[in-house]
Amino acid sequence: MSAVRCVDVCKIYRQGEVDICGLDHVNIEIEAGGFVCLSAPSGGGKTTLLNAIGGLDRPDSGEIWIGDRRIDNLGKSDLADLRLRRIGFVFQAYNLIPVLTARENVEFVMQVQGVPASERRQQALEILQEVGLAGLGDRRPAQMSGGQQQRVAVARAIVSRPEMVLADEPTANLDSHTADQLMELFVALNRQHNTTFIIATHDQRVMRYARRLIRMLDGRIVEDSLQNAA
Amino acid sequence: MRIAAIVCTLAWRNLWRNHRRTLIMLAAIAVGVWAMLFMTALMRGMVNEMVRDGIRALPGHVQIHHPGFRDDPSVDKLMPPPAADLLVVLGGEDVVAWASRVKVPAVITSERDSRGVTLIGIAPDEERGLSFLADAIAEGRFLDSVDDTGIIVGRKMVDNLETRLGKRIVVMSQDPDNEIVDRGFRIVGIFEASIASYEEQMIFSGRGTVQRMLRIDDQVSEIAILGEDYRAVDSLRDAIAAIAGEGRAVQPWYTLNKYLSTMLGVMDGFVLIWMIVVFLALSFGLVNTLVMAVFERIREIGLMLALGMKPVMILGQFVVESLCLLVMGLVSGNLLAIATIATLSSGIDVSVVAEGMEMFGAGSVLHPELTLTDVIRANVIVIGLGFLASLAPAWRASRYQPIEAITRV
Repeated sequence: MSAVRCVDVCKIYRQGEVDICGLDHVNIEIEAGGFVCLSAPSGGGKTTLLNAIGGLDRPDSGEIWIGDRRIDNLGKSDLADLRLRRIGFVFQAYNLIPVLTARENVEFVMQVQGVPASERRQQALEILQEVGLAGLGDRRPAQMSGGQQQRVAVARAIVSRPEMVLADEPTANLDSHTADQLMELFVALNRQHNTTFIIATHDQRVMRYARRLIRMLDGRIVEDSLQNAA
Repeated sequence: MRIAAIVCTLAWRNLWRNHRRTLIMLAAIAVGVWAMLFMTALMRGMVNEMVRDGIRALPGHVQIHHPGFRDDPSVDKLMPPPAADLLVVLGGEDVVAWASRVKVPAVITSERDSRGVTLIGIAPDEERGLSFLADAIAEGRFLDSVDDTGIIVGRKMVDNLETRLGKRIVVMSQDPDNEIVDRGFRIVGIFEASIASYEEQMIFSGRGTVQRMLRIDDQVSEIAILGEDYRAVDSLRDAIAAIAGEGRAVQPWYTLNKYLSTMLGVMDGFVLIWMIVVFLALSFGLVNTLVMAVFERIREIGLMLALGMKPVMILGQFVVESLCLLVMGLVSGNLLAIATIATLSSGIDVSVVAEGMEMFGAGSVLHPELTLTDVIRANVIVIGLGFLASLAPAWRASRYQPIEAITRV
């Protein structure tokens, strides 16, 4: 069964008097447990597609399915619920809530889901250990490096075992060593939990880790290929 | 419950992200609340004093009259002294003091001049706990008994008549048969009242003496009754009216003295307007603080929405943040006001504006009085209107589209 299916998805943005095509009749299907990179130059449509798949943005036409549920026609509240329970997000920056500690950031999604305190605390500590941040749970984001912050974001994204994780330029603000560490963590989690990873990037180093590479240009898919991951 | 916990945690921690701004806003709320309560207490104290002085001036809390007395306070609008069943009520726990009086229009004449006055026949023992007179004797003595044949006049009247203590004056009035009656009195006491007009209008002698002069046996013009609290006289009036019967007019002080009751109503309205005006000034600061907080945290708001937090939780976060600020400000403001009022419990000397105060019927020392009702009213206004004021920025925060907010530069 496919994790994501996009059927003829279009999205047009209006900038002043000019219409810009964000997504131009995009058709893709991503299998459950896949590790996919969306690659495109700036403005190529990768973030737009990622946002549409994540229910953060609504396409102008076409259908988007997450598993067996069509999401492009859902209301705000249903989309929020979908994001809360089925999708984990890792953004490029401003990933964490500054007033919460690392552990509380990881617990945040579970708390909104209504998971009991003792259970979510235990899960948060376990997942922080898994991403290599054992002992740093009480630090606030400002007390952590960029790489550590991204690891906390990853921990938060996977802690409630979502079907897929959507990552938008997750390594953009990281040095190469930290970026590699983060990607290795993604790969490990993908293998361990069979979580689908869809990563939007234009970083060649990140693309090496993907088993499937989808290249986009001007909102269209120009290449969709399988490859041997690093 | 768990969602409320995260909303409250976020609200509380966000509140202290910018310590200085929060402390300034807290100080503004505290000072605003203090100003609301302190000014209210001052006004309340002034009005209460006016009412108490007014009530002590003679009326008491409730009065019983002949039904026609208030329209025509003449000697033929009399009534018998309190009957046994009324005496039982007057001796009850709700009655602090009572007095029956004869009150008729009269003319007072000295060797030099004559003036129209109200001649009041009193029982001195009854008046001691009820009216100002016994404490207002500035020269001479108070009356001894109902049969005292001396007369007490005001300082201004003495000046007007160009007479003095110990001199004789003549008082003329009418008996129930419309015959002119007069009697010579010796001035045994001179009183000074806080309201100048009292000194020019009222003269007092023993009730029995006046009754004999007017040939009205033991009949009286009014019975004045003092209860526990001037704010709660209706039950006392009803109890007395039930006994006094339909042939008597039983009226509370606020009917007898329209000026005082109107003043009380005006002050209530003024207090409310004052509180709202102070709050409106505060609300600009509050709304500005929240709007700034929303603008500073747009990306976080976007992140939380993207992670699946419902807009209502974002709204709740800002409302709780505002309420925390208001509650802390209220507590500080209340404590500050209570401390200030307690410190000034002996009164504030406003003798520099004593003449103006006297025009209002107030004394030259203001005693601030804080009532629970005023405290509750101020707190409810601040919390209630503060809640409403915080809704606009909170609503705005909750309406962001996650992707727009998270990518906002």
